[in-house]
Amino acid sequence: MLESYLPILIFIFVGISVGIVMLGMGFVLSPHRPDKEKNSTYECGFEPFENSRINFDVRYYLVAILFIIFDLEITFLFPWAVVLDDIGVFGLLAMALFLIILVVGFIYEWKKGALEWE
Amino acid sequence: MLDLLYSLTSFLPESLQTIIIILVKIAVLLIPLLLGVAYLTYAERKIIGYMQVRIGPNRVGPRGWLQPIADAVKLMFKEIVIPNFANKFLFLLAPVLSIGTALAAWAVVPFNAELVLADVNAGLLYILAMTSVGVYGVIIAGWASNSKYAMLSALRASAQIVSYEIAMGFALVGVLMASRSLNLGDIVIGQSGGIYHWYLLPLFPLFVVYFISGVAETNRAPFDVAEGESEIVAGFHVEYSGMAFSIFFLAEYANMILISMLASLMFLGGWLSPFEGIEIIQNSSLAFIGTASIGWLLAKAAFLLLLFLWFRATFPRYRYDQIMRLGWKVFIPITIVWIFVIGLMYYWQIGPWFTH
Repeated sequence: MLESYLPILIFIFVGISVGIVMLGMGFVLSPHRPDKEKNSTYECGFEPFENSRINFDVRYYLVAILFIIFDLEITFLFPWAVVLDDIGVFGLLAMALFLIILVVGFIYEWKKGALEWE
Repeated sequence: MLDLLYSLTSFLPESLQTIIIILVKIAVLLIPLLLGVAYLTYAERKIIGYMQVRIGPNRVGPRGWLQPIADAVKLMFKEIVIPNFANKFLFLLAPVLSIGTALAAWAVVPFNAELVLADVNAGLLYILAMTSVGVYGVIIAGWASNSKYAMLSALRASAQIVSYEIAMGFALVGVLMASRSLNLGDIVIGQSGGIYHWYLLPLFPLFVVYFISGVAETNRAPFDVAEGESEIVAGFHVEYSGMAFSIFFLAEYANMILISMLASLMFLGGWLSPFEGIEIIQNSSLAFIGTASIGWLLAKAAFLLLLFLWFRATFPRYRYDQIMRLGWKVFIPITIVWIFVIGLMYYWQIGPWFTH
């Protein structure tokens, strides 16, 4: 059972080492002549005049928070869908109720304007 | 093939032998995949070229067939510039994370009933997890570059990707309700019995949502505001050059192929033939097109990949607020409604799909 996951573990290591080997190859084969201008931050021909750790719109946070809620819903739905045959009508109704509560929340955030990007 | 490998490595201890055989299998999967990625870039340039009444690359090798090789060699010999104020470790970690997850997701993709590297019963969950981790590659790249363009792009890209991941997740739930299994092989086998048994028919809205979300997840046109070259130059990889840049490129194309592959496995019957069970074909000399084979899977995936390229040639770029509106206000309601519909179809045992 668990040994069928061994190829996955090895594949993850192989995937990461493909990346490392390619980067390494790039460093070995390519020239390396840094200078001040080349290494400065790209800014459309300007001198970079400000730190790039800038303020950004709070709506990105909002999206992240909403995402967590919905993603959790999905992780609840995954195991439920797999055992659908065993839980019968009761399971179906229970999840319908759960989803209706989610939809009420979704309508609320919609009406509150959390999904607006003007 | 495998027997030969077993006898060749029989002098080794058993655990080492297992690992070597797994590594050989991974290589057999990875090399065609990377070649496929290389030639997908060629196909993209050629197809978009023809769609815009140009010729496309035709100088390197016969009909330009060696163009992707030449590109790879060129990128390999380009200097990798690390900006002064970048966080060096994270700057180099980001591409590795991108390609690592993009490739590792392939571990559970089946090519036919037997041909699968890891036949685990949580396959779909694993793929969802891997593609989610892939977002970190984008965020880390944007943050570590310490460039305003990269930072803005990373924010846009991550918000966009997580938004569409919800719609995608709900679409997957629909597939799971129809198949009641997370194993991709079982999902395909659940669709056997001719073209009417494919999940495309009962889950058609979910297929559309899944595929368009896939386009948005991979930051492809028309959802490529993360790279929008007219506003933020090249987006999160603006500071990357040479091999570090090409790794992001590889990861994006590997993800495109993965999305097409998954869509054909989950909705289009995977390796099953659309002509299955038609007697006229089975009794004629064309019987081979009525049988399931890996060729069908590749043909379906290739068609969906053509759609990716077609979208890019056809549609103008979406504005960012339109992208978010499409994700949250159109796709999520559609998928939630359709999950209720699937629940009803399951309750009434409709069609050949929901008999239990």
